[in-house]
Amino acid sequence: MKKLTRLGRISTVIVIVFLATLWAFPMWRIDLKAPQYPGGLTMTIWINDVKGDVDVVNGLNHYIGMKSIHKQDFKEFVYLPATIMTFMILGIVVAVTNKKIAYYLWTAMFAVIGLFSFYDFYKWEYDYGHNLDPHAPIQVPGMAYQPPLIGYKKMLNFEVLSQPHIAGWFYILAGVLLLSISIFEWRKTAKVEA
Amino acid sequence: MKKLVLIFSTLGVVGLTESCKMKNTTAVVEGDAASKVYVAPGKYDEFYNFVSGGFSGQVSVYGLPSGRLLKVIPVFSVNPENGYGYSEETKPMLTTTAGFIPWDDQHHLEISQTNGEQDGRWLFANANNTPRVARLDLTTFKTAEILEIPNSAGNHSSPFITENTEYVVAGTRFSIPIKNQDVPITSFKQNFKSVASFISVDKTTGNMHIAFQIALPGMSLDLSHSGKGPSSGWFFFSTYNTEQANTLLEVNASQKDKDFIVAVNWKKAEEYVKSGKGTKMKTQYYHNTWNEDTHSATSKVEDEVIMLDPSELKDMIYMIPCPKSPHGCDVDPSGEYIVGSGKLAALIPVFSFTKFSKAIADKNFEGDYYGIPVVKYEAALHGEVQKPGLGPLHTEFDGKGNAYTSFFLSSEIVKWSLKDVKVLDRVPTYYSIGHLCIPGGDTKKPWGKYVIAYNKITKDRYLPTGPELPQAAQLYDISGDKMQLLLDFPTIGEPHYAQAIPASVIKDKIAKIYDINKNHNPYVSMGEKATKVVRNGNRVDVYMTAIRSHLTPDNIEGVFLGDEIYFHVTNLEQDWDVPHGFAVKGATTAELLIMPGETCTLKFVPDRVGMFPFYCTDFCSALHQEMQGYLRVSAKGSNVPLKYGTGSSVAAVDSGSAK
Repeated sequence: MKKLTRLGRISTVIVIVFLATLWAFPMWRIDLKAPQYPGGLTMTIWINDVKGDVDVVNGLNHYIGMKSIHKQDFKEFVYLPATIMTFMILGIVVAVTNKKIAYYLWTAMFAVIGLFSFYDFYKWEYDYGHNLDPHAPIQVPGMAYQPPLIGYKKMLNFEVLSQPHIAGWFYILAGVLLLSISIFEWRKTAKVEA
Repeated sequence: MKKLVLIFSTLGVVGLTESCKMKNTTAVVEGDAASKVYVAPGKYDEFYNFVSGGFSGQVSVYGLPSGRLLKVIPVFSVNPENGYGYSEETKPMLTTTAGFIPWDDQHHLEISQTNGEQDGRWLFANANNTPRVARLDLTTFKTAEILEIPNSAGNHSSPFITENTEYVVAGTRFSIPIKNQDVPITSFKQNFKSVASFISVDKTTGNMHIAFQIALPGMSLDLSHSGKGPSSGWFFFSTYNTEQANTLLEVNASQKDKDFIVAVNWKKAEEYVKSGKGTKMKTQYYHNTWNEDTHSATSKVEDEVIMLDPSELKDMIYMIPCPKSPHGCDVDPSGEYIVGSGKLAALIPVFSFTKFSKAIADKNFEGDYYGIPVVKYEAALHGEVQKPGLGPLHTEFDGKGNAYTSFFLSSEIVKWSLKDVKVLDRVPTYYSIGHLCIPGGDTKKPWGKYVIAYNKITKDRYLPTGPELPQAAQLYDISGDKMQLLLDFPTIGEPHYAQAIPASVIKDKIAKIYDINKNHNPYVSMGEKATKVVRNGNRVDVYMTAIRSHLTPDNIEGVFLGDEIYFHVTNLEQDWDVPHGFAVKGATTAELLIMPGETCTLKFVPDRVGMFPFYCTDFCSALHQEMQGYLRVSAKGSNVPLKYGTGSSVAAVDSGSAK
């Protein structure tokens, strides 16, 4: 079995450190702006919490029949930290075993977690934006209020901007690093074999 | 056509007559005045200007340099607009030994100070008619405390403060017999006293307490100011009617060539109090305090003051002769100069604290007034400003060695230099200025930049509004050698004294909402699930919540004629600028205006059977119009069970109960 390069081993530590930022910083932010909110409203999504102007947003959302956002309703806030934690521990295993194959598997696992997380986030946003109370005071035919996964969207009197926060960027960087190192390790092997 | 020509020619004649006026007051604005007062949309003013409301009883807040009215803070008068004085929680604030008083005459203001500089924590306000001192909290812009002053009438020389807000003073303008006993008015000289009260202020809470009172001979204490720097242990009060007239004061109190500035050594007075030289005197006065946690006021009746007698306690008080019924009594930023403004004098005397102290040390007295030594005028005099104008009233300072004095009769502000008492500049005011204000102009550290004139007469300054006009104020730029008129703006009530402070000192400390988790009002509803209606005899307590856009409960039945209903409305919002209002048809009080996180109570006693709609009065949301409900009042003894709720909880109320 092929051994990891020195760079590959170091990268496992870096990836673990990058992911550790998830416990120190929010991973996502959703900014809202409307004429009545000159200072804007911000919600920050953490690995295990949703913070910021959640109460204000909940207060507004009842007009259009959106569900209230409550931390307790998100099983993700339990599963996600557990998954990432497991992933980080596996990283240590990769570093100790020092095998290329382990690194590839580890990267693949990250890709699965990442894709699933985005899919889950999108699904929640879809549900949150479409599953409206049929008795809501304000009903705009054909209107859904699904926030953008990433980027800008205008919904009624609100402009919404959704983007990664500090830990989100580190998470993305971790992904980029994993992929780059995997390619690097693969080509190195290919070269040696050639 | 001929008619038109006639009209135009008539207009032409009128136009000519107009241009022949003796002086055109609109022509005095020069240069770039407009750009200096223009605060672009979305931008903030540089200063808060707190202005006394005079006979409105309230305090108004303007932005400078724009002159825009930002807020009227209810203090001594009821304010149906937000329920102040009408809600159960606020009623105790206006309670006195004479009962509930819905109005007063609010003259002077002072912002709290630390080391002689404005610290922007509190604003003190006096009530002239029923003697009281209020403390306003400058984080909420609300009245936090009102203290009644016993043994006083006409609390005019108030609420001036010492350098570190150790004391707020309250000096009596209308001398009265100390225990207010029934005596002939003509016994003024024997029985009447002018009491000066020193109110201590707690350094952290701001809570006020009458530390001691000084029973001065009967006269009128008019205005006052604390010493600062070298003179910081002293307080100076101007007086008039040292003639001790009790009728036609207009003539009889204007006889003497000189009245006095009363110099009180309050450090000495403190020592006398500490060593038990004061007399404990039984009396009664109300002490009303607002509690930010319970969102309600409580009244406490205090029953004792310590009285100091200056004819017995030496070295505590001295008199400085001051020409002709002085009004303003102002101490310059260095604390060395004391400026007396004799309303009827043709000059402004400036006293030197160093000379005054020396005169005391040398016993350079010209006599005494009821046992109080009177220092020789010349011995304490620094100089006289000659021919400054007519009717000097009040002086403030720019911190650059200049003084600015208002002149009521000649209707102008005169700038003069403290050092050589020479007049430097003068500008007209429109019309008949009373007080003036320079930001920080009575502190150790004036901010300068502007002087504002608060005038007593308005006449033609604005579009006419019938016989009753607003008051007029003008803003002048004083950053250059010459004062420059910038702006003319109307004010509410009748402004007297005012204070201005850079917005940056207080703006970032201002509260936006009340934290509902800290709401300890006994009638709070912590959420809609906690709402209820409780009957106790004929008292019905409605624990109600307001949130965009419904009231809970919004249907109430089972209430009878003869019941007293208390609506305790909690605003559940936790977002800035989302108040809810609450009003009930036929309520003889006023509305409630409930800030986010606050609980307010409206008492309602229905006078007839029927339906009483209630609703939110402050446009709160797109569905504000829907924020309404019904109280059903039934005849006494009718078989209507107590039922209440909102939405689905009301649907259960069967229609059969209506018979």
